[in-house]
Amino acid sequence: MVLDSNSPPLPKREDEWRLFTFLSRPFAVLGRGAINRVDNLGAATIFLILALLKIASPKQLSKIVQQIYYIGARSMMIVMLVGLFTGMVISLQFYYALNKVGAQGALGTLVALTLVRELGPVLAAIMIAARAGSAISSEIGIQRISEQIDALCTMRIDPIGYLISPRIAAAVISFPLLTALFDLIGIIGGYISGVLLLGANAGTYFYRVQTSLNMKDVSDGFIKSIVFAFIVSTVCCFQGYFVHMRTDSHGAKAVGLATTSAVVISCVLILVSDYIVTSLLM
Amino acid sequence: MDTPLIEFKDVTKRFGNKTVLEGVNLKIYEGQVTTIIGLSGGGKSVLLKHIVGLLEPDEGAILFRDKPFVEMKKHEMNTFFAQMSYMFQDNALFDSMTVYENIALPLRETTRKGKAEIDRMVKARIAQTELGDAAGKFPSELSGGMQKRVALARALVIDPRIVLFDEPTSGQDPVRKNAILSMIAQYQRKFGFTAVLVSHEIPDVYFISNRILALYHKKIVFQGTPDELDRFDHPFKDEVIISLEGLRDELSGLHTRRLFNVMYHAQLKHKSVGDTYTVTVFTLYVQEAILEGLGYEEAQGVIHAMGVYIDKHFGAIGGFSTRHKINEFVTVLPYSNLFEAEEMVASFIKDFQERGIRDIRLGGRRQGFVLEGIEISIHAGFAQGQPIAELDAVIESAKSQQKEIGRILCSAKE
Repeated sequence: MVLDSNSPPLPKREDEWRLFTFLSRPFAVLGRGAINRVDNLGAATIFLILALLKIASPKQLSKIVQQIYYIGARSMMIVMLVGLFTGMVISLQFYYALNKVGAQGALGTLVALTLVRELGPVLAAIMIAARAGSAISSEIGIQRISEQIDALCTMRIDPIGYLISPRIAAAVISFPLLTALFDLIGIIGGYISGVLLLGANAGTYFYRVQTSLNMKDVSDGFIKSIVFAFIVSTVCCFQGYFVHMRTDSHGAKAVGLATTSAVVISCVLILVSDYIVTSLLM
Repeated sequence: MDTPLIEFKDVTKRFGNKTVLEGVNLKIYEGQVTTIIGLSGGGKSVLLKHIVGLLEPDEGAILFRDKPFVEMKKHEMNTFFAQMSYMFQDNALFDSMTVYENIALPLRETTRKGKAEIDRMVKARIAQTELGDAAGKFPSELSGGMQKRVALARALVIDPRIVLFDEPTSGQDPVRKNAILSMIAQYQRKFGFTAVLVSHEIPDVYFISNRILALYHKKIVFQGTPDELDRFDHPFKDEVIISLEGLRDELSGLHTRRLFNVMYHAQLKHKSVGDTYTVTVFTLYVQEAILEGLGYEEAQGVIHAMGVYIDKHFGAIGGFSTRHKINEFVTVLPYSNLFEAEEMVASFIKDFQERGIRDIRLGGRRQGFVLEGIEISIHAGFAQGQPIAELDAVIESAKSQQKEIGRILCSAKE
């Protein structure tokens, strides 16, 4: 039997139809959610492509430099702080474990590889998402609800080119640099914890750091950080730019929710993409 | 009439299930001030956003010089929108930019002008809108009125051919409301752009508008001059105009035109043919160059004070007055002839010269306006009318006989 829009609902008895509707509701909700996410993914991809196309347009350089300051330079302190303590704690944990098997000499190798290949790009990206990503999302969101973006349109200024492209370009430049800073400070943190506080040999630590790291480790870390830059900047800009399309709230509350969503989605996508990129690079 | 600059043909707009505009037809002519009036939430801003391209109609067509937008090529659209500015109801200023940067933004981003030329143009607009002291401040550090002026300066900085004003006077006191309208009218005359206003400041907008469009129940129910609107018989008039207009002109404190006409008919239309009355027309002249340099608010402060003074003087002897134009007052003295009116006006002139000008200066100061360097010339003329005569004809007769009765000279030393 072929069912079309004119076909009577099946099964025909009303109570059975209600039961059927009740049981199918979770699948409907799941389906709607999935369609919504695919829809958003497509919209965000188009949004990113449009922004990338406008990066090279005239008068962008000063805006990109300004955004590098906001996203990059102003995130340096938090990245350095987190990098320092991350390096210290992993050094502490590794020293404890290596001490059990008498291999304290490998401390520098483990700290350096863990930081450069994995923790540096991931934690730096999460910290930037929390600090700069939230600011991007809320700033653009407020510009949207206060009609500043509409004002740009009426002035014939392309809002994507004016607001989004410089931020994405700045993120792509800032993320690898901040990751490098995180790695460097993390290794110094590992030295403070492992060598100065726990008594590992300083020469061995730096020798292992130097010999165990090769260019591929560093470049893999940078590739990850660039992927994370695209993810964080696109997600945060997208959430702010389309804050008026939210169905769950309006106005200031919508900006708050968009900012929260931006940070949460960025962090989740950083971890998901980290696995995918790592497996591709291995 | 000429080909309209912008025309709506059966434009319908829906947001979800809600229809905001339904079969809207309207025409906007070049070089005129057109005001769209209607109740709040009636779709006026939505209508304006269709013109600027922020919204597109679900049905119908918008035409620019008889050519539908949808048939225009990309470069034609760009050319059309490039000559248009939009002043938002809530200003939409960039709060992270200073006043100077806000005004310079459209020039910096959309033109190839050099830094020096942009600087010159921005500073000129800053001076014209009296924002010199605020140039380095952020919008959040300014009052609502100053923010409006920044938005106005930004809208005018590109020398647009069409300027759309979405409730430019909302949230302003009567003096500043009229100052902004006066500024729009003066710039419109000076630069010759086409102005489209959304407003419910009745009757203030009548003084500056060439055409009024009435939006009522999702449709345009009236298009015509303010005088034609006076004669328009439609529920819109009772529901919207009268409710918005009130009984007193906010700026001058005098009767509104409507109440003035009611009083005129009640007191004079039923008199016998031999009875007479007189009409006096007062006009305040302020040189536009002085207005531009020294302040619209000060000029409106003087108009306010003048209205109060006329009401005080002639109200006490049974006269009733209204503001006829932005800077013109009409007073009717019932049961008087030309000779009596001449005496009453002579008494008013004497009193005005002795105390009125001083009161106006003091009134201005009390409202925070320092009337320095402003020279305002006050003219008066009167004519006699009979109940059978049309009031407008008597007013015109009085205007034709106007002569200067006083001059407010406020030097910087005062």
